Amino acid sequence: MPDDNRPLSPHLQVYRPQITSMLSILHRITGVVLAFAALLLAYWLASAAYGPEAFARAQDLLESWFGRLVLLGFTFSLFYHMCNGIRHLGWDMLWGFELSKLRATGVVVVIASLTLTVLSWLMAYGHVGKL
Amino acid sequence: MINTPQQTKKLQSKLGRVRGLGSTREGVHHWWAQRMSAVALLPLSLWFVYSLITLTGTDYDTFVAWAGEFGNSVFLVLLVVTMFHHAQLGLQVVIEDYVHSELWKMGMLLFVKYGTVLFAASAIFAVLKLSIAG
Repeated sequence: MPDDNRPLSPHLQVYRPQITSMLSILHRITGVVLAFAALLLAYWLASAAYGPEAFARAQDLLESWFGRLVLLGFTFSLFYHMCNGIRHLGWDMLWGFELSKLRATGVVVVIASLTLTVLSWLMAYGHVGKL
Repeated sequence: MINTPQQTKKLQSKLGRVRGLGSTREGVHHWWAQRMSAVALLPLSLWFVYSLITLTGTDYDTFVAWAGEFGNSVFLVLLVVTMFHHAQLGLQVVIEDYVHSELWKMGMLLFVKYGTVLFAASAIFAVLKLSIAG
């Protein structure tokens, strides 16, 4: 390493937060969060393979208030990453780079992911008759 | 070699430009694999979320019967493989962006690669066991 004290760029703190940059970093954060969700899925499947007791322990954990909070976070992360991922695929096909479109699709992604999160949880609670 | 101004701007040698070569590493494959796994994950994730909704509050027997059903087992294995592959590709980019020490970077990349393979293998084997052994 020639010089460890070189100034780092970009100087994020000098920029005003904007919807484009905030949604961009949120895509990355939700992606990392979803890697942990994948670990939970592996644990859940493995618990069922281990047997009824292990599966019951996993279900108790997931049904606790903390488990539900984590699952709610995972649900939003999945829907956000999915919706914004579609936005990314649009960019890959050179669609939607205009500033107006960037902002509009960003707003759509946020509204869609929040709606899908609430909708899926309502459906889940409805399914067990707790609605 | 003499660089013309145009070449300096392109940051590529004449030969590289003629052959259409990039950095000669594996960026294009990584980029493509990330997109293709993302596209595959769209229907798989939607199917999975829908399944989770119908499995809310499930007991052991119901879950084992569901996971052991042929179509569900196939989709679960596909989901696990694609999900962990996509996660590995994504985490790799995050690590390469933020970890600047070569040693740490290499260590973390290996950790993520081995880890995702380990968890994917465990999850696949769990599905196979539920599917075949019941």
